[in-house]
This record gives sequence, structure tokens and C-alpha cells, in this order.
Amino acid sequence: MLAFVLRRLFQAILVMLVVALVSFSLFRFVGDPISVMVGQEATQEDRERMRQELGLDQPFPVQFAAYVGRIVQGEFGISYRVGRPVIDLILERLPATLELAFCAAIFALVFGVGFGVFTALRRARFSSKAIMTFSLIGVSLPTFLIGIGLIYLFSVELKWLPSFGRGQVTDLGFWTTGFLTLSGLKSMVLPAITLGLFQMTLIMRLVRSEMLEVLRTDYIKFARARGLSDRAVHFGHALKNTLIPVITIMGIKLGSLVAFAIITETVFQWPGVGFLFIASVQSVDIPLMATYLLLVALFFVTINLIVDMLYFIVDPRLKSGVALARH
Amino acid sequence: MRDTPTALPRVSLQQKLFRLWDSDIAYSFRQSPVTMAAGFVVLLILIGAVFAPLLATQNPFDPSGLNLMDGKTAPMAVNEFTQNSYLLGTDDQGRDILSTILYGSRASLLVGFAAVGLAMLIGVTLGLIAGYRGGIVDSIIMRIADIQLTFPSILVAMLIFGVFRGVLPVQSHATLAVPVLILAIGFSDWPQYARTVRGVTMVERNKEYVQAARVIGLAPLTIMIRHVLPNVLGPVLVIGTLGLALAIIAEATLSYLGVGVPPTQPSLGTLIRVGQEYIASGEWWILFFPSLTLLALALSVNLLGDWLRDALNPKLR
Amino acid sequence: MKTFALAAALLAGTALALPASAVQFKMARGQDATTLDPHAQNSGQNFNLLHQIYEPLAHRDNDAKLTPALATSWKLTADPTVWEFKLRPGVKFHNGNAFTADDVVFSLTRAKGDKSQMKGLLTSIESATKVDDLTVNIKTNGPNPLLINDMTNLFIVDKQWAEANNVVNSQDFNAKEETFAVRNTNGTGPFVLKSREPDVRTVMTANPAYWGKGQFPLKVTEVTYSVIAAAPTRVAALLSGEVDFIQDVPVQDIARISETNGLRVNSGAENRSIFFSLNVGDPDLKFDTVEGKNPLADLRVRQAIDSAINRIAIQKVVMAGQSTLSGTLLPPGSDGYSKELDTVTPHDVNKAKALMKDAGYESGFGITMHCPNNRYVNDEKICQAVVGMLGQIGIKVTLEARPMAQHSPQIIEGAIDFYLLGWGVPTFDGEYVLKFLYHSREGKGAYGSYNPKYSNPELDGMIKSLATETDKTKRDATMAKALKIAKDSLVHIPVHNQNIAWAMKATYDIPVQTENTLYIKYIDVK
Repeated sequence: MLAFVLRRLFQAILVMLVVALVSFSLFRFVGDPISVMVGQEATQEDRERMRQELGLDQPFPVQFAAYVGRIVQGEFGISYRVGRPVIDLILERLPATLELAFCAAIFALVFGVGFGVFTALRRARFSSKAIMTFSLIGVSLPTFLIGIGLIYLFSVELKWLPSFGRGQVTDLGFWTTGFLTLSGLKSMVLPAITLGLFQMTLIMRLVRSEMLEVLRTDYIKFARARGLSDRAVHFGHALKNTLIPVITIMGIKLGSLVAFAIITETVFQWPGVGFLFIASVQSVDIPLMATYLLLVALFFVTINLIVDMLYFIVDPRLKSGVALARH
Repeated sequence: MRDTPTALPRVSLQQKLFRLWDSDIAYSFRQSPVTMAAGFVVLLILIGAVFAPLLATQNPFDPSGLNLMDGKTAPMAVNEFTQNSYLLGTDDQGRDILSTILYGSRASLLVGFAAVGLAMLIGVTLGLIAGYRGGIVDSIIMRIADIQLTFPSILVAMLIFGVFRGVLPVQSHATLAVPVLILAIGFSDWPQYARTVRGVTMVERNKEYVQAARVIGLAPLTIMIRHVLPNVLGPVLVIGTLGLALAIIAEATLSYLGVGVPPTQPSLGTLIRVGQEYIASGEWWILFFPSLTLLALALSVNLLGDWLRDALNPKLR
Repeated sequence: MKTFALAAALLAGTALALPASAVQFKMARGQDATTLDPHAQNSGQNFNLLHQIYEPLAHRDNDAKLTPALATSWKLTADPTVWEFKLRPGVKFHNGNAFTADDVVFSLTRAKGDKSQMKGLLTSIESATKVDDLTVNIKTNGPNPLLINDMTNLFIVDKQWAEANNVVNSQDFNAKEETFAVRNTNGTGPFVLKSREPDVRTVMTANPAYWGKGQFPLKVTEVTYSVIAAAPTRVAALLSGEVDFIQDVPVQDIARISETNGLRVNSGAENRSIFFSLNVGDPDLKFDTVEGKNPLADLRVRQAIDSAINRIAIQKVVMAGQSTLSGTLLPPGSDGYSKELDTVTPHDVNKAKALMKDAGYESGFGITMHCPNNRYVNDEKICQAVVGMLGQIGIKVTLEARPMAQHSPQIIEGAIDFYLLGWGVPTFDGEYVLKFLYHSREGKGAYGSYNPKYSNPELDGMIKSLATETDKTKRDATMAKALKIAKDSLVHIPVHNQNIAWAMKATYDIPVQTENTLYIKYIDVK
């Protein structure tokens, strides 16, 4: 177990390093790194001094190592657009995005697995077919259009849910949360559904087809022959085996939620990092773009590490030391 | 002289078509009215897009051909200033909605097909290499795929756009939109193909006929193309079809976020972006028809993809 | 028993009435103030927020009438270059400091500083001196009869506070400077800043010590100023009742909102002209296809562009009627405006084509147009429509639309050639237009800072003389002449004056203010 975890951790660090390389290249070759640090008004001498301080006269690998060193210490540069440290800007907005992604992930998982199992077990039912059709329409429309549609239905027509923002948030010092107030929770509903809908559909379809495959296997037939109840067969055996491939895919899909939040945040005026990223792309704010890149990668890598750990719980073969190749 | 060479292929083409019509796939196609309808819709939109310059009443890409006074005319209504009437109405710049949809589908499909083609090319090649060679090559390729998966297409596209905006002169922004979209969507979707192809290749590689081919000294490239590739075509086609729908939607999304094609050269996504401003205002047709087209196109392509997957995987039938 | 019940009901009634008197005013705009530093930028969207927190000596009320604020009266002294301002007694800043003449002198110096973009409005001021605690004399470098008009957005900051927080100088906005004053405020205004997340929301609470108690309705106790960039979401927020007021109503939604029960739309002309500016000064343009010369420097090309624009179509279709066509950059109601000046160039494609042919551009040329996409009513759509109209006379325009925050610095830098801009006239006087848009460039924030590199020494002389001319008839004559030269130069091609529409819950009836500035202290609740 420890060896497996260590190997995964090592790979995660490798991934982060590669992404850091991309992000550093952005810094080095697209933006003017000196302008990142000092204002436009700085004199030529200021710039030259800065150039030496930053080691920009050093060879590329040395510079890269220094960049990684700065990142580890939490120095991400100054935003071109706003003139404040990028890390401050991102940390202010991060809670909003993470809470949104978290709720969307829960929504996608619960309904994805639930509907997937339901439609697999009750293939012929009308409700199953309706769910499948709706899910297809769901993936055939752009997210922003679904978001706008939800706003018009649930905010404007029915007046049930708020149409924009996070509602009342509570400041915990290091974190602002919308989970502690009613308006915060209500504000979460539409954006979370909008963000999670696409992933939910994918998970649902995946669970359904895996479940159908598993239900056809011999050991399920044996289990039935042994006289186990439908319930035990479906949930004890079939679902458990379905989940192994599903978990891998889910790791990937949920990992990209933070990036997909860009769209949802635009539609719902959600004050998260995606919103910040759009503004930075429009104004070519390289430090912010580079940092956002690292952030998305970090989130993705973390989710995948968690998924890898989950393998141990779901797949007993790994425990006995037979390491399974993931692909 | 002229008859003989053409006569032969014609017969064989007919035979081929006949054989195709009789095949399992075609049978399942004929048995599913939904799939046939989907195929019909896709064909219709394809024809509309390809022949847009012949079918459209105006060229919405040419701003000098537009009359702003025609703007916001309701479908089939008569414009009070110009007395013109349009089947699906006009948008806020006086463009005929039907024409913009025809041209817009063209842009969307171009981006979709080219992006899928690019992703397929990269993915299949790398997947074959990874699966056939194994070992360290395999590890490296699949790690890169992992990293690539971290960044969904919209993020990659926005980064590329951000970089291009910083590096290239402003005049080229508009012309760059389509190539950038293709690159961005194509580049971010290849890992799916690579993963699938790699899996199939690993299975095929150990089969006796491939080993036999290796023993008789066939080059790896020949083996891959002749023996392994045909086996991966099915799944690749399925991923490609579903990927086409995703690419078209990704293009629409990027246009909404303001990094897609400019409003002067509309794609379906740009049309929807423009139309969504009118969602509450009563000019419903500006949003409705482009959205309907996008939905019909993506839904049909998805249905075809689903059908193809089930048809190629007889176990599920 | 009955009387007791009645008394109880009365009591209950008052108990209920008490919390009801707390009025939370939730409003949304399409974009946020870019900074809270009152002297960093000369920008209406900043003033709109800052007027709730800070106050000038005098401002324009809902009827655009000049109204005393921190000054109670002002008059010319015996010396025609010295104005005497009597300050309002008993006013306190939000931190409790008393408002005195020192603060006025300090604020004027601050706003005239190098980094301030307000300095262009204050070029006529030579110095300000404290006479006593509540009297300030302002000396101008020549007689300036209209001095107070230049100061309606000149906010007074607390000297002590600024010194304590190291914000004696204004923020350098274009250099993205970050100072204490960018995020913190200390004004005398009716509302106190409670919290602010830039681009998200600003919360303000009623100032309990406000000097104007009893003089203004002051019904609102808390203001939530949200930013909703996406127009459909902003409209949805009003339709769903989440906000009470939206200040930027998309023109296409006006009808729908006014037809909705419980909502109201008020609209009227804004004191703001929308126009295209053309770089006439550079020998060769950066953003065109013509090598070695500048097509826009040719008056005939500018006249062709002027004639090619179909202003009526823009008004009818793009603006849904919410505009007034214009032939000058000076909006009606300002000093110097005349009907004759405002003659609108008729749309005439043939004439435009002939002019292009005359100028030697029969086959046209290519050029990039820069356009803001979040500042003026349908700004990007106006640009897009004009791209089509210019296409008809052979000018192939590439449109580059971006947020105002990127647009305006490039205009000040003189980095772009052909662009859309809107200009409000807070002084209600033609000089304001001439000074910034037509006078030769004299540096950032000063004379000519928004001039697309046009230079006419004769006109410059006339413009400079306007600042100090005290003879009204003479001044009017000079101004009329200058405005005519400016109009005919066509370095700026006017399109229209835009209307503003404010939408609100029907419990409010807030009239539009012609500068598009909302004064929450005037808001009454039905």
C-alpha cells in the first residue's frame, strides 16, 4: 500500500512539474517578466537590477528551478490587470469556486450513479427512456444555454431560486462560505446543477453501460442461481464491480470541474476564480493565467490521488499486492 | 477506351453498396427509426452547410451586403421600413437568420470535423505506438495523456487565445479564431483516442496472427496499419462521433465566453451568444432557431454515436 | 378590554413599522467602479459609486441643477481670478474627523497631482488657500466664470486620513498602482463603505452623522451595489425580484420590463455623445493596409465615413429608439449648443463613394476598429453595424471589441487609430468637449488627452481663451466658432446621444439623472 501511494505521489509531483514548466514558459516567453514585478514607470536601471535579481540572465533550467522555488514559497507574481499579488486575488476567489465544484461533484455523483443504476435495472420502463432522452438533450446543448434557461425558469418565472451571485456568505477568516446561510445554499442550487449536469450525464451513461455488462457476466448468473435476492445481486455484486472502471473516469471528469466552472461562473456572476481567469485572458494577464493553470492541475492531481486511494477500498486485489495497471 | 475503365468500378461500387446495405450495421440502422431520423437530420444540416453559398439568400460574412434597417424582423413578418420578409426573421444586424444558420453550421462543422480529425490523428498514432511498444514509451505517452486530461478543451483554447492575443498583432485576431479553435479542441481531446487504441492494441499485439506476422518479418508499421488498425477503427469511430458533438458544443461555449469566432463571422455558437441577449425581450427567434439547429445537430450526432457503439458491440443489443 | 386590544394592536403596529423603516436598496450594474480612489480616474462609472460615499463642493441634482454640497455658497471676490467658497459647518468625515478648509485645499492639490486623471478638469486652478476654517479661496490662472462646473465630481478627502494612510498622492491608475485609497474610503457622504469585493459587490450603510438629515429623503439604510456583467442575468435578477434597481437596462428589454407588473422603467436622454474618433495625426497608421500614408488624415475620407453611417438605422434597430441623432459632440442643454451645430449628416452612400474616389481610395482600404464592449449602450453592436456600413464604401474594417478597462488607456496613450468613444459633459459647457477632444495633446489627463492627434493652433488658441474669458457674449462667439471648426474637422464623427434607462421595482420612482449618476440620498420609498 505504501509503495503504491508513494509511486502515485511521485507521479503527481511529476505532473505538477510539467504543468509548472508550461506555466513558466508562459511567463518567460509571452509576458515580460520584468513588467510583472515592477510597474510600467520603472526606470531602465530598475529593470536591469530586477533582471539580475530574478536571475533572468541565468540558463533556462536554473531559471526554471528558481521559478519552482518561488512557487513553493507562494510567490506567483503581480497581476498585470489589477496590480495586486496574484495569489491574493486567487485565494479570495477560490472558496467560491471550490464550493461550487464540490456541490456540482456531489450532484453529479449521486444522480449519475442513481440514474445509471436505475436505467440499467429498469431498461424497458418509460421513465428510464425518458431519463436517457433528457440526458442526451442535456449533453447536446451548451452549458451556458442550460444555465440561462434555468435562470429564466426557476428565478424569473417561478421565483424559487436566486439568479446570480453567492447570496449571503460567512467569512471564516481564511475562507468565505455560502453553506451557513439559507440564501447561500439557495444560490448554490442552479449553478451547481448547471456545472454538474454534463458530468452527471456522463457518469450516468457510464454506470448504465458498465452495469449492463456486469449483469451479463457469469458470476452474476451464479449469484442469482444461488438464490440471492435481486437487491443483494444488484447492489452487493453488480454495482460494486461496476464502480471500479467508473471511479477512474469520475476522477478525470470531476477533476475538470474547476476548469468548467468558468462557464457557469460567467452565467451566474459567481465570484470565483473562473471569472477572474476570463478577465485575465481578455487582458492577457499572464501571471494570473499561469497561476490558474497550476491551480487547475493541482486540483486535478489531488482528485486523482483520492481516486487512487479509493481503489484500495473497492478493489480487494490491490490489497493483496497485485498492483493493477490503471489503464 | 472511355467505357472500360469506368464500367468496372461502377459494378463493384454497386456490389459494395449492396453488400453494405445487407450488412449487420445497415440492418440495425434500418431497424431503428430514431437512428434513421438522426442520420437524416445530420445529412440535412451537412448539405445545408456545404452548399450554404448556393442556398443562402445573403452572405452574412460580408457586412457590406447587409441592411441594418432589416434588423429584428420577426419570422415571416414584413419589415416596416424595407418591406422585406424573411422565413426565420433577422437578427439585430439585419442578417437573415436562415442564412446565418447555414453559414454558421458551416463554421461549426468545420471546427468540429477538423478538431476531431486532429484529435483522432494524434490519439490513434500515439495509442498505437504506446500499445505496440509498451514499456517506457508507453509510460511516457500515457503520462502526457494524463496531464492533457487535466485541461479541458475550453481551458486550453482560452490559454491559446490569451497567448495569441499577447503575441500576435490585433489585425490577425479575427482570422485566427477558427484555426485556434481547431487546435485547442483537437489537442485537448486526443487522450481519449490514445487510451482506447492503446488498450485494443495491447490485446491484439499478443494474438497469434500478429505474432505470426512478426515472425515472418513484417515491419511494425505494416503490422500496426494492416492488422491492428482495423480492430481499433470501431471504437475510434464511436469516440469520434461523440467527440464531434462535443467539439461543436465546445466551439459554441468558447464563442459565448468571447474567445470564439467574432460576431462578424458567425458560427452557431456566436449566433447563440448574440441571441441569448434577447431571451427576455420578445425577439425570441434570434436565439431560438440557432439553438434549435445546434440541439438538433448535436443530439443527432450523439444518437448516431450511441447507435454505432451498440451496433459495434453486439453484446449489448 | 377593547381599548387594551386597540393599544396592543397599535403597539404591534409600531413594532412592525420599526423594522420596515430599514430600507435595503439592492442595485446592480454591468460593471464595477475600477477604483475607490476619488481622484484616480475621470470616469462616470466610478463617480456613480463614489457620490454615495464622498462629496464634492457642489454637484448636479436629479434635474441637473447645480446644488450646494460641502460648500454652502461661492462667489467671485473683487479679484476676478479668485473665487471664495463658504464651507458647510458641522460636517464630519466617516471616521469622525471634522471637515475643514484644510481638506479642501488638500483635495485640490491631490487631484491636480501628476498621477491624478482629474487634473485635466482643474487646469484653470492655480492655487487654493485657506482663509479660515470654513472659507477657501481658489485662485485661477485667469478669470474662470465657470469654475464650479469643473468641480462637480471633485471629491473632498480627509487630509489627516490621507496622510496617516500614505495616500497623499492619487493612485496612478494606468500604472495599476495599488494604494490604501483604492479599497478604503473616508468621505462625508450619506453612505459609509461597509464591505467591498471588487467586481462582485459593495455594501454601504447609512451615515448616522450625515449633515443632510432632514434635507433629503435618506430613506435607504443599506445599499448593496452588485455587479452583474451578463446582461440577461442582470435583467433576470430584476425580474425575479432579487434586486430593486438596475442601472444599465439593455434597450431590447425595456419593453418587457415596463410591461411586467410591479416594475418600472424610467428613461431619458443622457448627457453623453457617442462617436468615432479617427487618428489624423500620425503619418502612417499602425492598424491599416495603406502603406506610407494615413488615409484618415484626408478630410475627404473622413467625410466619406461620416456620410456612410446610417444613423437612423442605428437608432431604430440597434438602439430600439433609445437615442437622439447628433451632429456634434456637445449634447443639447450645454452652453454652446445650437440646433445649427447639431445638423446631422444625412446617410448618402453615393456621396461617400464619390468622396472615396476623390481621395484616391476607390478600391477602399482595410483598417482595424477598436470598440469597448461593456461601457455604452450597445457599444459593440454600434461598431458592428458601422463595420457593415463602411464595407459598402470599400473600407474593410476588422472589429476588435474589448472591455473599457483596456480600451481607455490605449486612447490616452494614442495607441489606436479608429475607435468608438462616449463623452459626457459634466460641466454642461462646450469647453469641456473642445479641451479634451480637440485641443492638441499636452500630456496625460491634461488638454487634448483624448484627442486622436489632431492639431490646429488657431483652434488651440480659441480653446485656451475660453477658460479665462469673462465677457459672456465674446465667449459664446468664440465657442460657437471653435465648435464649428471642431465639427467640420471630423476628427470625431458623432453618431448619437444615448438615452439611459433605469429599471426598478414600482415601489420606487427614481428619475434618471442626465449624467447617469444615481444619488441614493434622493431616493424616496412609496
